Amino acid sequence: MSSPTKMKVAVKGVYTEVKILMQHVMENGRRKDDNGNIIPAWYISDFKVKHKDEVVFEGQFGTSVSKNPYLVCRILGAAAGEKITVSWVDNHGEQREDEAVIE
Amino acid sequence: MTIQERAEVDLSRRNAMKKAGNLGLLGLLASIGLTPNLAEAGLSAAAFDAKSLDAALDALGGLIATENAAIQITAPEIAENGTVVPVTVDCSLAQVEQISILVEKNPTILAAHFVISKRATGFVNTKIKMAQTSNVIALVKANGKFYRTSKEVKVSAGGC
Repeated sequence: MSSPTKMKVAVKGVYTEVKILMQHVMENGRRKDDNGNIIPAWYISDFKVKHKDEVVFEGQFGTSVSKNPYLVCRILGAAAGEKITVSWVDNHGEQREDEAVIE
Repeated sequence: MTIQERAEVDLSRRNAMKKAGNLGLLGLLASIGLTPNLAEAGLSAAAFDAKSLDAALDALGGLIATENAAIQITAPEIAENGTVVPVTVDCSLAQVEQISILVEKNPTILAAHFVISKRATGFVNTKIKMAQTSNVIALVKANGKFYRTSKEVKVSAGGC
């Protein structure tokens, strides 16, 4: 079970700042456990930021993104009280979607 | 050279030419902005699997990118902890379409690739892992053209 993505979204003048903290181990597939066995790669591969069902910002991650990926983007044409949705999928096919209200 | 050896040479040459031919087609498609692996489905694994900076840039379609001062990378001069290195890319170019963050000396060179819609600004802030002191490169596609800039980040304790 994955944990909810933490979000803080606020209008800052002309743009809306979207601060995102996804919860994920982001294993790079090269680390070893205490018994010397390789820990398999496990990472968020794709994410999308949506406003009113429109994808406004999206991207792909590799294994060089830090554990619990942190992301800030700036979007246009959104207003306080509206919702922003963040969804991700990892290389195991696990996915989740969370939303936040713009302040 | 025996006939057998001769045949092997011919075969390997033919395979090499076949590979070169495929690359040529991809290169041609890339040059006219039709990279199939950059379609809306996302990047091909090639960009994230690339083992050299040039290969990664090539897979992104941005091997030929001009240095541009309108792209600003903000990252620490010295990162004490390589597992969490904050990087901000802010570009004042018009019509930013993509921003990619690459770390030249990481095992996985391409760290992240962002697709910027018309509803977003050319700005992204994230946190990446760095194995060792390296150049961090921001590759930006704006209005159909590729631009890049880089910044060296010294890493005290690598974390990759």
